[in-house]
Amino acid sequence: MNLSSREKPYLNPYVAGIALGIVLFLAFFITGSGLGASGGLNRMLVYLQNIVAPEHIDQVPYLLKMAGGNTNPLNSWIVYLTVGTVFGGLISGLIGRRVKLETVKGNNISNPMRWIMAFLGGALMGYGARLARGCTSGQGLSGGAGLSVGSWAFMFAVFAGAYAVAWFFRRLWD
Amino acid sequence: MTLFPLHLVDLLGQIGAYIIYLLIGVAFGMTLESAGFGNSRILAAQFYFKDMRVFKVMFSAIIVASTLIFLASSLGLMDYNLMWVPPTYLWPGIVGGLVMGVGFIVGGFCPGTSLVALATGKIDGIVFVLGVLFGIFLFGETVANFAVFWNSSYMGRFTLPELLGVSYGAVVLGIVVMALLMFWGAEKIEASTRGETAQKAPRWAVPAAGVLIALAVVNLIIGQPDNADRWKAIEAEQTVKLDDRAVYVSPAELLSVLNDVKLKPVLIDVRAERDYNQFHIEGARHLPLAEIIASAAELIDQPANTVTIVMSNDESDATQAWKMLKAESVPNVYILDGGVNNWIRTYAGEEFVRDRLIPRHGNEQLAWRFDAALGSHHPAAEPNPHAFEIEFEAKIKMELKRAPTSGGCG
Repeated sequence: MNLSSREKPYLNPYVAGIALGIVLFLAFFITGSGLGASGGLNRMLVYLQNIVAPEHIDQVPYLLKMAGGNTNPLNSWIVYLTVGTVFGGLISGLIGRRVKLETVKGNNISNPMRWIMAFLGGALMGYGARLARGCTSGQGLSGGAGLSVGSWAFMFAVFAGAYAVAWFFRRLWD
Repeated sequence: MTLFPLHLVDLLGQIGAYIIYLLIGVAFGMTLESAGFGNSRILAAQFYFKDMRVFKVMFSAIIVASTLIFLASSLGLMDYNLMWVPPTYLWPGIVGGLVMGVGFIVGGFCPGTSLVALATGKIDGIVFVLGVLFGIFLFGETVANFAVFWNSSYMGRFTLPELLGVSYGAVVLGIVVMALLMFWGAEKIEASTRGETAQKAPRWAVPAAGVLIALAVVNLIIGQPDNADRWKAIEAEQTVKLDDRAVYVSPAELLSVLNDVKLKPVLIDVRAERDYNQFHIEGARHLPLAEIIASAAELIDQPANTVTIVMSNDESDATQAWKMLKAESVPNVYILDGGVNNWIRTYAGEEFVRDRLIPRHGNEQLAWRFDAALGSHHPAAEPNPHAFEIEFEAKIKMELKRAPTSGGCG
């Protein structure tokens, strides 16, 4: 699958940032809620868990809230937002001819190595996002624009965590 | 009443509301992808100072959104009280953030950006999403072991202006100026590291920054509406409800609400502490008028079946509290008809009513004499609903909750 015969360049970051700011504002203005991603993934996962092991859901308070009894974990606005995000990424990728099955990585590591690190990093991200009650979109971006104290502390923690270990992992991204 | 945010489900039905969220998601995904956030190498370059794109996009978005949000609020178009602001759990947030920072370097994405990487066929993005799902799964299975920490340092809806003790307009302007200075620094850093993907600020960046600062200054000058401004905006329609006595709930209706398992009554007693100590209805919370406005955020955050009933000895102080709470957009607020004095007259029994009335008591004074500060130990504090079957005209009509119960993180 190679649709990207002539890949278009990305938007200037300031243009993209202003566009993202307007989307974020409209989300708040129209719905009162901001943007997010990890919440939608969380509920999709719980939906699957509820199919595989419904009795387990009833044992774990954290899961019970989303899928106890007849509650359908997909019955939440954030799930639709997340599905929309994937579609939006695809549409923009198609317009920019950037849809391409490939592994993006640094020059010094193999594909399998990149995949293992992506999985581990993803697991840390997923775990951290639930611990912090939100990811970079929901806590950082949305809470930051709404001036939440916790969101700003969170945002500095993310950048601090990343800069603190960046040097040790530099080989991954050279 | 401010028009925005809209009550989507009320307006468009559940399906219609979901379609709007889907469309917002599409716009979100398109901006993330076109910003280059589907590409892990570009994202990671942020942390090696080669391409400060993550920082530029994120903070341009925050200052633009923040300026527009508070401008819309100061112009009375949007109600900030009904906007989701993530509650602060300080330490879980900071520890979670540090873990995510490490995850970012190791994995190359954050959850939102990995979705657009997945959508554009990046295999590392697909694997990352699987990792995120695994991490979330692991969290669900392990959180019970450290639930105390996870729920610690809770500060509720707590904003930077409240922390710093300055106005919203001043904080927004400060953040705008700080971000612009940091953009300038980011440009300098990129110029020295010469990353191959870094893009310079466009020529219109300086005028655009000027426009943003100007908007933030306008926002600072207008200021956010205070309680009095907010009441003025709804005074005409709400005064009718007071004149029609549509929001005065009789003691009989209140007793039925207290025994209705489907409702969650919150009783707020605004009388002087002495009167509250003499007698109050079981479960009533003592909250002087001066503290009413500060309690609004917590009341808005309550479940949708919450009914708030304010009371004073008679009605005038309670009506004042009602106006304050209505102005702050607290849903389902009512006033106890005739106040605590009327409640006691209804439920304290014939003998008490005959012997304990204080003659010539003034307005908003306790009309009954108690021998001791009984608080809620008097029988009238918790009447048996079966002993008093009094007919009443039902005034409470539950309105749909407009404030979102969750933000970007479900």
